[in-house]
This record gives sequence, C-alpha cells and structure tokens, in this order.
Amino acid sequence: MIWLAWRQFRLSALAVLGTLAVFAAALAISGPQLAELFRESQASFFELLEFDDFKKAVFVVGTALVYAVPAVVGVFWGAPLVAREFEAGTHRLVWTQSVTRTHWLGTKLGMAAIAALAAGLLGLLLTWWSGAIDDAIAAGYSSDTLMGMPRITPVLFGARGFLPAGLTLLALAIGVTASLVIRRSVVAMATTLVVMVGVQVSLAVLVQPNLLEPRVELQSFSLETLDGDMAGGPAAVVATFKQIDVKLDQPGAWMLSQTTVDASGSAVDEFPSWTSDCVGQRDAMAGCMARLTTEGYRQRVSYLPASDFWTLQLVETGIVLGLAAGLTGFCFWRIRRDLT
Amino acid sequence: MIEFHLDGRSGVSPYLQLVQQVRRALRLGLLSEGDQLPTVKDAVSELAINPNTVLKAYRELEHEGLVAARPGVGTFVTRTLTNNTLAAHGPLRQSLEQWLARARRAGLDDESIEALFLSTFRATVSRETA
Amino acid sequence: MNTVLQARGLGKKYGRKWALSDCTLDVPAGRVVGLVGPNGAGKSTFLNLAVGMITPYAGTVEVLGESPTSRSAPRSRVGYVGQDTPTYARLSVADHLRLGAHLNPAWDADLAAGRIARLGLDPDQRAGRLSGGQRAQLALTLGIAKRPELLLLDEPVSALDPLARREFLQDLMEAVADQQLSVVLSSHLVSDVERACDFLIVLVDSRVQVAGDIEELLATHHRLTGPRRDPATLPADQHVVTASHTDRQSTYVVRTDAPTLDPAWAVSNLGLEDLVLAYMSRPPTVRDSRPALQVLR
Repeated sequence: MIWLAWRQFRLSALAVLGTLAVFAAALAISGPQLAELFRESQASFFELLEFDDFKKAVFVVGTALVYAVPAVVGVFWGAPLVAREFEAGTHRLVWTQSVTRTHWLGTKLGMAAIAALAAGLLGLLLTWWSGAIDDAIAAGYSSDTLMGMPRITPVLFGARGFLPAGLTLLALAIGVTASLVIRRSVVAMATTLVVMVGVQVSLAVLVQPNLLEPRVELQSFSLETLDGDMAGGPAAVVATFKQIDVKLDQPGAWMLSQTTVDASGSAVDEFPSWTSDCVGQRDAMAGCMARLTTEGYRQRVSYLPASDFWTLQLVETGIVLGLAAGLTGFCFWRIRRDLT
Repeated sequence: MIEFHLDGRSGVSPYLQLVQQVRRALRLGLLSEGDQLPTVKDAVSELAINPNTVLKAYRELEHEGLVAARPGVGTFVTRTLTNNTLAAHGPLRQSLEQWLARARRAGLDDESIEALFLSTFRATVSRETA
Repeated sequence: MNTVLQARGLGKKYGRKWALSDCTLDVPAGRVVGLVGPNGAGKSTFLNLAVGMITPYAGTVEVLGESPTSRSAPRSRVGYVGQDTPTYARLSVADHLRLGAHLNPAWDADLAAGRIARLGLDPDQRAGRLSGGQRAQLALTLGIAKRPELLLLDEPVSALDPLARREFLQDLMEAVADQQLSVVLSSHLVSDVERACDFLIVLVDSRVQVAGDIEELLATHHRLTGPRRDPATLPADQHVVTASHTDRQSTYVVRTDAPTLDPAWAVSNLGLEDLVLAYMSRPPTVRDSRPALQVLR
C-alpha cells in the first residue's frame, strides 16, 4: 500500500516540496549573513537592511510562502486524495483488493501528513532566519517597515514557529474531509481554499487576541512615545484632543488596546480644555505631555509581551491540531460507511 | 485432435452438442482408439463455455464406454463407432432414397425437403426427451 | 454442499426506493452464476452488497461464511471487477500488476505476467491508452491473479465489441477451469449466460424472480400450448409463470416436476432465453406477490 500511495503522491509531493526546498536553501544561505549584519551594525541594523534588496525579498517571499503553504497542501494534496478516486471510479478497483478502506486511507493520509509536516516546518526555518531581526527589535532598535514588526503581532505570527506546521496539517485534514464529503475534485479544492483562508484570517483576527491573558500597564505620556492624536470638539469652541495614541515602550510586544484614563483610573471622555493650546502645535506638545502626566493622566495599555511568543504558539497550534484531529477522526468514520 | 464448435441457435444443449460432435468424429474416423480429446481447459478457452459442460459431456461419453479419463493426463478414446458406419445401414438408406423420390414427385424443392426433414426430426427428438 | 454466497431477506433502500428487496438465495461453490435482469433491476446493488462496498438496509448477506463488511471478511479470497472495468489511467500495465502484488497477499505474479504476455499488452503502456477490451482484460487479470475463491463481475463485457467480449469470456472460463473458481457474472446478454453459466439468478424490479441450477430449471419448465382454457383448470402441481391467450388458444409457461400427461397440450421445452424472458415479462402485480422460486440440488 505504501508503494501505491507514493506512486500516486510522488509528483504532487515533489512539486511542492521541491519548490520549498529551493527556498529553504535561500534561507539557509542568507541567514548567517543576516546575523553577521546585526552583530556588526547594531543600532544601524534596520537602516542598512533597507539597502539589502535580496534579504528584503527573502523576507517578504518567505513570509508569503509560509502563509500560502497550508492552503496549497490542503488544495493539492488533500482535496484530490479521495475525490479523484471517485471521479475515475477507481475506488471500485482499489477498495476490492485485499486491504481495508481504513488501511488505505491511513496510508495515504499518513504519507501526506508527513510531507505536510515537512512543508510546514519551513515556518521554523523562517523563525531561525529572522532571529537577527527579532534580536534587534528586542534590543530596542525599531523600524516602521514590515520587517521591523514584532513576530508576535498577527501580521507575522502565523508564519513563524510551529503554527504553520499545525495549519498545514489542519489544511490537509480539511482537504481530505472535503474530498470525502463532496467527492468531486475541483469543488473540493475550491472549498478547501475558501475554508482555509477563512480559518487563517479568523485565527489572526478573532482568536489570537483572546487566547492569553494580556498584561495591562499604565504608561506615562511623553513626546517619545506619542504615536498620534485626534482633535475634535464643538465647532464654536477651540478644539481639544479627542484621542491620543501612544507607542508601547515594550520592545517586541503586541499592543491589543489602549485608552486614556485619568488619575482615578476611569476612561477619559473629554480632555481638559488647556490641551487646546497643544492641538496642532508641535513645539508645545512636549509641555502638554509632561503636564498630562503630572495631572495624573495615564495611557492604559493592554498588550502581550514578546516573551509570550512561544506560549501563544503552543496554545494556538494546540487548537489547530485539535481541529485537525477531529476532522481526521470524522474521515476515518466516514470511510467505513456506504460509499459507492 | 478435433476442435469443438457450438451452435447457439440449434436448440440443443451445449453438452449434448459436444457429445454429438465426438460421436460424429468417431463415426467418420476422425478419431481413433487412443486419440486424446481436447483438454477441458483447451475446450473452455476455445469456446468460452462452462468447464462443467465439458466435464459432463466427457462423463456421458465415458458412461457410453467410448472414452476413458486418465487423471492428470486427459481423456482418451477407447472405442470407435466405425462398426456403425453408414455403409452398414443399407436398408435404411434405400427407404430414405424412396422417400426422397416421393417428396420430389409431390413437387417439393430441395429447401422444402430439408425443412420438412429437419422440423420433423427436431419435433421427434424433443418429444423423446420431454 | 458448500455455499459460497448466502442471502437472507437481503434488501437495500435509497431514500424511498428499494434497489433490492427481500432477496433470499444460496449459491453453491464451484459454479458460474449468471445474474440476469433489465437495467436498474438491482444487479449492481446485489454485487456491491456481496463485495462489501455498501451495507444492507435489511436482511443479511454472507460471502464465504462471513459478512463482507466485517473486519474478518475474507477480502483476499473475493475478487471483484466493477462496471466499466475501472483502471488507473496514468498507471502503466506493469504498475497495475505491482499494485496487485502489493495489495494482495496471495498474488500470483507468474500468472499475471503470463496473461499479460499472452494478451500482447505492452507493460509500459498507460492504462488510459488501452482499448476498452484491453482494459477489461487488465481488470480481469487483476481479479484472477489474486487467486480468489469467488470472483464477482459487474457487467464487465457490456461495453465491449463481440470479439473482445468473446476473448474476455474465454479467459474467464479458462481461469474457472484452472483454479476451480466460483463466479457471479452479471449480464444482460442471455447468450453469454447460456454458454458460460450453470446457475441462474433472474432479478427484476429489485426482486429475485427465480434462482437455480440452469439444467434443472430447463428440465422443469415447459411451454404448454392448447385450446383456450382457464388457468385454474390446470393440475395443481403446475406453477404458471406466464400465460397468454388468443380467442382460440392458450399458451402457458409452467414450472413442474411431474410430466404433463393431458394429450390436449402440446408440450415443448424452453431455451434459456425464453425462460428468462418469461420471468422478466410477468406483470408487476404477479411478480411481487409470488415468492421467488429457488431450485436446490
């Protein structure tokens, strides 16, 4: 059965794994170079990185690739697994040899799962490669580009650690489930793609912020941490601040939410009237910030620190693998029922 | 070695056709004592018929004492039917010739004679086996 | 007597429609069974149940003494060739043989290779490029080289030209002679059944109409022709299969063990095709109310 499973799988497997291997080589070669760059440049790391088009390309393509791998695996390895047999009628040939359907599915799925795991571990390789960048961010150096974002933020989190491996296995499970239920390859492939994109987006937007208990800090105001402000007020009166945003002074952390609170700790609806002196006045801003702090105003920030990265990876991957296991169990149950 | 053929439209059961073909071969001298009949496997793969059909035909012939089966080797002719050659039935041949002359005088052409003979022959056969 | 397939009240329902209902029969070992009936009668359903592709809705079926869907089902001793003889279009002939070798413990590689050579098939040719007849022969090779005790074939020759059909049957019969194989072959060509089969099952409208040894069926069914008469006046041991009347004449197909002695009737035997047609042409009300006749040796 292993022979047959590989014979049917080999083209598809080598196409995907081959492509990823090429990219893995690029990562392996440029990784040490990146680390070297950080060791030597330290504070000017990100500036120098701006000029390195190759490394920027590796980063962007790598992240995109790791995000795409689960859907690709689900669509090209998972969705045709059973559906193609139904469409060609070959299930009437292969299921009437001497192996049980469970054995058949187990072998094909097992082989694909091993390959899927290998594909998903590209995320781990990307994490290793980005080590220098993460070290730079931890040291307090920053950049406003994509490359300078902390790895725990949703934009990059799904492409790091072992979450991609978990997502790849989940995508495979979704693909095979679609294959069994829909029984037509193309429809199963489209369904898998849509579902997987939905899963990855939902995870980043809906699930990830709610998995771990965030830290809360009351941050003082200063010109350095001011990120932006919004002014407003009745038209007849001079405008005051409506909202102030600050940058977190925790390197590598992911800010979940922030509100301005007064000295008693309750949220601020209206800023004091004297702030109208600072609206739009950059020179006076430092003084306003200092005065806000003295008067007891703080920015209440809710965030996840950089040190929570691996814990969050563990929890989210656990959820994803749990879903994958559930779907796989369904598949093994379904394959033993009537299927003509 | 003789070759079997099957007439699907003759109304005669397959095994009986095989028996008749062996008997005819014996009568015409195509098979003599010691000759081997086609093996079951060969007969079956030639005609696409059930092996039991061939086995049954050979058993019938064995019952009539015409052949004998040697296990592992094949089925062989033990007795010929040349004693019953057509030449020995002179009186029958003569009365047949007379009947043919009468049929001609009655105005029957060749085809009608053949049809009359065959339908009567078949009806007689099925009455005998019914 | 060894029974190779046994069904008791076997039925399969899809939604509200019965694909097979109330099927009870015993198939003895060492026979070539012809499963005959019009399209949609339930032949494929019966074979799918026998091979374990689907599970019964009602009743039971046992093949070689075990339920085909149980864990201990003798999968390696039952072969199956599905409708349209499916093969993997992109695998070569040799690959198909490797498939057979890897997936079947009792695979006879020499037999398979010998057959392929005798058929003149190119081992490296992809199955998708073979003709219909060659694909059917490949599927048959896979079924035979597995060395099963029972081989089930679902209309394997319907789509083939006469020569391919004849060659397929020749090879099948040769395997039967060689391996003492039991076969259940579904077909809607009675002429093929007549040559190859010694046991008959007629399925019409999801029900078994008649099942039994062909020789015995032919010996016990007769056509009676005579002056127009009411069927109730026939002797009690004569079961009427079909009846047709003109204003002067009645013709009955009856099943009986006793000889017909009434001189008013002209008695003639039926050929297999006429027998099958008689059972297939019964009106639905008669078909469903009569219990299926089973002839046991």
